[in-house]
Amino acid sequence: MQWGSVSDFFAMGGYGLYVWTSFVATALCMVWEVLALWRRRVAARAEQRAALLGGTDETTA
Amino acid sequence: MVNWSKYSSPQAFYPLAGRLIPWFAVVAVVLMGVGLYMGFFVAPTDFQQGEAYRIIFVHVPAAWMSMFLYVVMAVWAGIGMGLNARLSFMMAQAIAPTGAMFTFLALLTGAMWGKPTWGAWWVWDARLTSELILLFQYAGVMLLRTSIDDMRRADRSSAVFALVGVVNVPIIYFSVQWWNTLHQGASVSMSTGSKMAATMLTAMLLMTVAFWLYSIAVILARVRCIMVERESLPVWNEKPAVIQEAVEAR
Repeated sequence: MQWGSVSDFFAMGGYGLYVWTSFVATALCMVWEVLALWRRRVAARAEQRAALLGGTDETTA
Repeated sequence: MVNWSKYSSPQAFYPLAGRLIPWFAVVAVVLMGVGLYMGFFVAPTDFQQGEAYRIIFVHVPAAWMSMFLYVVMAVWAGIGMGLNARLSFMMAQAIAPTGAMFTFLALLTGAMWGKPTWGAWWVWDARLTSELILLFQYAGVMLLRTSIDDMRRADRSSAVFALVGVVNVPIIYFSVQWWNTLHQGASVSMSTGSKMAATMLTAMLLMTVAFWLYSIAVILARVRCIMVERESLPVWNEKPAVIQEAVEAR
């Protein structure tokens, strides 16, 4: 392992800003995509259930 | 033998996809963990690019996925056109957003690598420009779909657009050979093998497989949403108790 300390690790040999922006942006995109899909699924199922249970009654959704 | 054709109907594919998603997701997360560990703690510092090179552990997998997903999307679009299969068009539709996301990430992480190494966030070189065009192509496929109300016409138009655009993928891939680009040549090649340290290569390949499995999981999840949204009253995805309730309510 090449890191002497935790701050060494975060500094990334002076390239910390670039390295961590890349990894954090990738992680955020993935988390956002999964959350967006989860919300989309909840919405789609609610709409489908409402339609199945008799049209306009929102309380059954 | 598994009879694959029986899964080509949405009714059969929907529950199958639902069962597969957790497996792809779990293996993707595990491989990402191992890949990140190898990338940050096992792979050595690059003698030329210092620690900045570690961006490749997300940049290269994202760039590969951006091209690979485009081809897969075009293949599904082609199958949809050939067989007039609804499920194929829905698969193509489900792939586009994830492909666009990886294209965006490839460009963003590329800029993060370009600034410290070349001194510029962006240059109009063949590799970068063709990858930017790929992002516009994904956007075009998605916009074309949302701009056409008739579902069949939307399917076919975006499929044609996707199929025509597939010519850009070999252009991106070979751009570093065909033109004198600022972007470096391939670090991993089928003809010359790898020019990297074994641990760097292993970490990069682990991240690639992880991104691939992640893509499968989110695309399957998205195609399930699309099925529910597009098929009117897909009773087959509801639990028997809910259907019973609906029947009694009528």
